[in-house]
Amino acid sequence: MSITVKNLRYIYNKEMPGETVALDDVSFEISDGSILGVIGHTGSGKSTLLQHLNGLLKPESGDVFIDDVCITDGKTELVEIRRRVGLVFQYPEYQLFEETVAKDVAFGPRNLGLDDEEIKRRVKHALEIVGLDYEDVKDNSPFEHSGGNKRKIAIAGVLAMEPKVLILDEPTAGLDPKAHREILAMVRRIHDSTGCIIIFVSHNMADIASMADKVIVLNAGRIVLEGTPAQVFSHGEELAAMGLDVPPAREMTDKLSRLIPGFTSEALSITQAADDIRNFISSDK
Amino acid sequence: MSYIEIRNLTVQFMKINEDGSEVPGRKALEDISLDIEKGSFVAVVGMNGSGKSTLAKCLNGLILPTKGDVIVDGMNTRDEDHLWDIRSRVGMVFQNPDNQIVSSIVEDDVAFGPENLGIEPAEIRRRVNQALKQVGMYDQRLKGAHMLSGGQKQRIAIAGAVAMRPECIIFDEPTAMLDPKGRENVMNIISELNADGITAILITHFMSEAVETDRIIVMNAGRVLCDRTPAQLFSDTEMIERAGLELPPFIELREKAGLPSDVTNLEKMAAYMNNR
Amino acid sequence: MIRDITLGQYYPGSSPIHRLDARVKITATMLYIVELFVVNNFAGFLIAGIALFTVIGLSRVPLKFIFRGLSAVFIIIFFTLILNIFLTDGRVLWHWKFITITYEGLTRAVFMAVRLIMLIIGSSLLTLTTKPIELTDGLEKLMSPLSKIGVPSHEIALMMTIALRFIPTLMEETDKIIKAQQARGADFESGNIIQRAKSLIPILIPLFISSFRIAQELALAMEARCYHGGSGRTRMNEIHFHKGDAVAAVILVLFLTLIIASRRMGMPAIQ
Repeated sequence: MSITVKNLRYIYNKEMPGETVALDDVSFEISDGSILGVIGHTGSGKSTLLQHLNGLLKPESGDVFIDDVCITDGKTELVEIRRRVGLVFQYPEYQLFEETVAKDVAFGPRNLGLDDEEIKRRVKHALEIVGLDYEDVKDNSPFEHSGGNKRKIAIAGVLAMEPKVLILDEPTAGLDPKAHREILAMVRRIHDSTGCIIIFVSHNMADIASMADKVIVLNAGRIVLEGTPAQVFSHGEELAAMGLDVPPAREMTDKLSRLIPGFTSEALSITQAADDIRNFISSDK
Repeated sequence: MSYIEIRNLTVQFMKINEDGSEVPGRKALEDISLDIEKGSFVAVVGMNGSGKSTLAKCLNGLILPTKGDVIVDGMNTRDEDHLWDIRSRVGMVFQNPDNQIVSSIVEDDVAFGPENLGIEPAEIRRRVNQALKQVGMYDQRLKGAHMLSGGQKQRIAIAGAVAMRPECIIFDEPTAMLDPKGRENVMNIISELNADGITAILITHFMSEAVETDRIIVMNAGRVLCDRTPAQLFSDTEMIERAGLELPPFIELREKAGLPSDVTNLEKMAAYMNNR
Repeated sequence: MIRDITLGQYYPGSSPIHRLDARVKITATMLYIVELFVVNNFAGFLIAGIALFTVIGLSRVPLKFIFRGLSAVFIIIFFTLILNIFLTDGRVLWHWKFITITYEGLTRAVFMAVRLIMLIIGSSLLTLTTKPIELTDGLEKLMSPLSKIGVPSHEIALMMTIALRFIPTLMEETDKIIKAQQARGADFESGNIIQRAKSLIPILIPLFISSFRIAQELALAMEARCYHGGSGRTRMNEIHFHKGDAVAAVILVLFLTLIIASRRMGMPAIQ
């Protein structure tokens, strides 16, 4: 399974005051079961891109293929697209609406026209993957839950559609450190148990570095950098010019290597950076 | 006498039963006593639901104590005659930049507070201009608020508090909804205001922000779990674990690399590594 | 489409129209709307139209921007047109089965549509050229005599300020919720009217919850900034009546006279 995006172009407010090219000649590929990290500052075109991937926006030109199916040719039914691509927006807990958790999670599968038994199976499965106990929560009101749990319920609502591609737009925004760690662990678990492609958008570069197999960097509607986290984050100065950071570990080792002759490190995680420092100290003597 | 004195503060919200009767619900804060000194920079951290925001809202009388007292600059928040005096001294900036801007136009919004205080128009104009310059938004003063980025909106909200000439500003997770640039910007403004003598109380989930303050109050389940300097707190990994927090990146690196705790910044780390 | 609604938006500028006293503009707009219903023939519409376009020209608000607002209310205009065409008795122009088009119906429909379009343009011109705070201050001042008989003019004005401020925020919120539910496979376009109404529930409930959250947070933020009603409040920008406002008032009176005179210009009247 794969996603191929070809020469995507999109214009906001076409022929109106404030016309802007939101996406310009964007092309990339994601292959089987990998995690793609997407970074870019606010207004770089990230959310416009995500909305093209499940047919919420139609491109000016260019195509999106999921496997061999072109979802931008206007022939594919929207339900068919959404069956394949699940999109979890920022602060998804604000879209909860049903009386019970189970009903809310069932909203997506029901829209796909599945039978009750299959819906129940999917709801149960989805809640379990996000780390909630089905029997415990199914009859609760989703609004009684904590912020972190509400978010998990909302994510389960998309997972229950069993998409082949799961897009998460800043899934950890606004959470406390503990809930943040739980959401990251959940994303890993989703990835391991379903094998779906995950597209992960975040401002947190440490999360991107630890989660993603491949990273694309958007700036002013264009892909300006693309590669493994190690490759992308070796362009610290270019990223800084776009208002983006490198992971804190890298930021610190970069500074250290400027201050210490002979010290180099390409660490993306604090653990790796600490190892490099220890090795430097012991090898020196 | 401290600027803000919190004495045995307990806040218990009322819960409405299914039959409509009100009964005491859970205690959001329990028996908290703290002193906050004038001009200090204090962080309040803890998990969601630990009572941080409730505590903040007690400091300017948005929530009144169920038991105990909060005294601001000698005035009790229970004393209705002083409520507006307290709120004009203790400003507040909230988490969601969108939901605290009252007026569509930037400068009109900044003027909202001083207008409520009944200050004369020429003086309001002076304060608004000055506050906007202080947060670097003077050039955008005639713009529509909905045209601004989250970080810019948050700067407007800060200007709105600053224009009331408060002695203290409480920042209730002001950076939670911002991108890294906006966050950095807002943090710089908060540090500058504190350097100018304003007492700053910062509620945050970001340890990299908390570590910039003079003092960190850790909340857990409505109580103060500990109250220490950043250096003391972050050398206690067991406490960090218990409170559901995490170490700031620099300290995590130092600990994992096994370096001594007197290495407090990157320059010292470099010097330490060079000398070995 | 949701973003196309220009009603209630402000277009920043410093044109003579922008600089007018809000009270003059509000009064003028209200009188203009009344006038549109006094007008009963072509000459009157011509005068009202010239006046409108002169003001648009002076305001330097781009025409595109003004007409964009109309597309949102196109449906209303369209229905007015249809209803008037088919439901007015008179000289028959065309007849087929139960459909009859009369001369009176046609003219009336066109006049009604023109009236509506001019009304919408006229009133959006007020909000486009007047800062919301000036608009509400102006209203508050105009209504202040009424506060003596117990009309809460300050509260009404503040409610309007907040409503205008939160129109774009709520629009964005609605847009987000619609898209999020669409991403969960929600379908708002097919099915009969009951199914469609039902399909709005996943939008309306989150929207209500959001609105309440916004209202609660805003109320706290206002209290924290010492808001305690209108008494003892001052204003940064006090409204002053300038020479330009006097000129505008004179022109307004002239326009009124012309419109009333137009009723006697011997053109065919339409009612």
